Amino acid sequence: MSQPVANCPNCGAKIVFRWSSSVQTVCDYCKSILVRTDVDLKKVGQVADLPPDSSPIQINTEGKYGNKSFVVVGRILYEYDQGGWNEWHVMMNDGTSAWLSDAQNEYAVSLSSRAPNLPAAAQVQVGQQFTWNNQRYTVSVITPAHYRGVEGELPFQYWDKTDVTFVDLRTESRKFATLDYSDPEPALYLGEFVEFDNLKLKNLRSFEGW
Amino acid sequence: MSTGAPPPPLPPHPPLPPKPQAKGLNCPKCGAAITLRSFGQAITVVCGSCHSILDAKDPNLAILQQFEAITSVAKPLIPLGTRGKLRGTDYEVTGFQRRSTKVDGVTYYWQEYVLFNPYKGIRYLSEYNGHWNDISICKTLPTGDFSGATYLGESYKHFQSTSANTDFVLGEFPWQVRIGEQAAVTDYVHPPRVLSSEKLNKEVTWSIGEYMYGREIWDSFKLPGDPPAPMGVYENQPSPVSLNVTGMWVAFAAFTLFLLVLMAVIDMRAKKEPILEETYQYNRADAKSEPSFVSDEFALGGGTSNVQVKTSAPVDNHWIYLNYALINQDTGQAWDFGREVSYYHGYDSDGSWSEGKRTDSVVIPSVPAGHYYLRIEPEVDPTLPATPYSVSVIRDVPVFGIYGIAFLALLVPVVIISFRAYTFERSRWSESDHPPMELSSSSGDDE
Repeated sequence: MSQPVANCPNCGAKIVFRWSSSVQTVCDYCKSILVRTDVDLKKVGQVADLPPDSSPIQINTEGKYGNKSFVVVGRILYEYDQGGWNEWHVMMNDGTSAWLSDAQNEYAVSLSSRAPNLPAAAQVQVGQQFTWNNQRYTVSVITPAHYRGVEGELPFQYWDKTDVTFVDLRTESRKFATLDYSDPEPALYLGEFVEFDNLKLKNLRSFEGW
Repeated sequence: MSTGAPPPPLPPHPPLPPKPQAKGLNCPKCGAAITLRSFGQAITVVCGSCHSILDAKDPNLAILQQFEAITSVAKPLIPLGTRGKLRGTDYEVTGFQRRSTKVDGVTYYWQEYVLFNPYKGIRYLSEYNGHWNDISICKTLPTGDFSGATYLGESYKHFQSTSANTDFVLGEFPWQVRIGEQAAVTDYVHPPRVLSSEKLNKEVTWSIGEYMYGREIWDSFKLPGDPPAPMGVYENQPSPVSLNVTGMWVAFAAFTLFLLVLMAVIDMRAKKEPILEETYQYNRADAKSEPSFVSDEFALGGGTSNVQVKTSAPVDNHWIYLNYALINQDTGQAWDFGREVSYYHGYDSDGSWSEGKRTDSVVIPSVPAGHYYLRIEPEVDPTLPATPYSVSVIRDVPVFGIYGIAFLALLVPVVIISFRAYTFERSRWSESDHPPMELSSSSGDDE
């Protein structure tokens, strides 16, 4: 797998892309948000210091999902009234990308999915049902969240955000769906809740006293 | 960090965020020290000194709710900060709340503990009257209605719907906890599990609990002394009858059938060989001079076998008693035994009655082959001057007594176990919204 190398246009530090399709990354040193163009990297913003966060996952954490192994290459950090949560961008060993979310140590893996006629944020109500890929999903909670920052590589540009609405949909199995209203066009993610132990995570953060 | 700094001396590795550690803060109300043990997980934290509820997300711990006077203080059985291993994972007790519900004017209290592990997250313990539950939030959505619920393919019976009031809080909570808040709680049981839905401000949270014994909790958290003894039967307490009662009765029926088949085989194989059949006449006048007499001699063939001696007499409100001796003519070996035949009947205020019967049978085990005779000495009811009576000897008869004993020996425990299972389930459900019929105060309950 190719690992394109460039230099940070801001501080000159070496920037390595672990995932060839990454569109955006953050310089580890100066925290500049860098977007790939055809020729080079362009600085589009700056990440303010991320708030202290208690996710045991970090960039470079490795794990397994099904029969694939993955490595964490980036994340988006959100906050809502019950605390913060991370959407960790993971690169699977088959070159695809997925999201490992950690909300108060509740772990889930989801994939960006396509479906026609996704509802607008204003149309969605708790209890409403949708069927995607022959699976029925029920809206369980609509969460107004706040974008707090990014780290590492992402498959799209994501930096000039403020308030974002998320719609969580659950099923009678471990499957769930999320409607992400970060952009004018809603984005659908389909996934399932996973057990911490089943992820076989390595290279986790350590906690004082644990 | 200034964005335009010259690049040259970069550190070999970018700086890593600091290792999360327990945070020491001070209560903005009373100044007491507060430790945040669950890193970023706490949403609210309660001052252990003045009991103000503080915003754990705010670096200054803004006061969210405070009290002029604490009406009651509950002491957690597991102190905050205690660590223990639960289902293979280390957990630290980070929060404690006492909750209550009022049913028919009586207030019932129970305690809940918040447990934290930085990798596995939050789970809960609850304790009511010495009964414990290990609780976690459901990751999949159960379906439930008034009568029951289904979770992960398993059926749960509706047990109780009640309201839960938060009375007293201590430590950290991963939600916005407030004193006086009331949640609508519905419990569904499938012992040893309990499925609960808790509705607060339109949001419904489902949790799944598994019954635990106080001893297990005490061992997990290495607590001194003994756990409080459980009182009564709890909603999802596993029955002490670990056996499946229906399965036990099926096994018992199978055993009974086996006994019956065995008895039929034994009956078929017994020769039931008639040896002697005699009718004698008793006359009181003759008996005075000759109290006993001997039967004709008879041969018992084959090997050692049992011998049945049957006595019958047409007695009617009389008795007759026969002193027998079965004597081996070849060896002189004798078996002495006495048999009574009596039959009484009549009428009294309860109607007709009868006692005894006109026939008697006895089996003498292990009688060797040989030539035998019976010596018979009759004694007869003094009011009866004369009576005929018959004596018969049969060789190799089937004996079923032992099988009857085996049947009873198994029936008794099966009945006792069934009764225990029944009374346990009865006490369990007597505390529910669906008490057993006989306990229900209103007969109009059409469940």
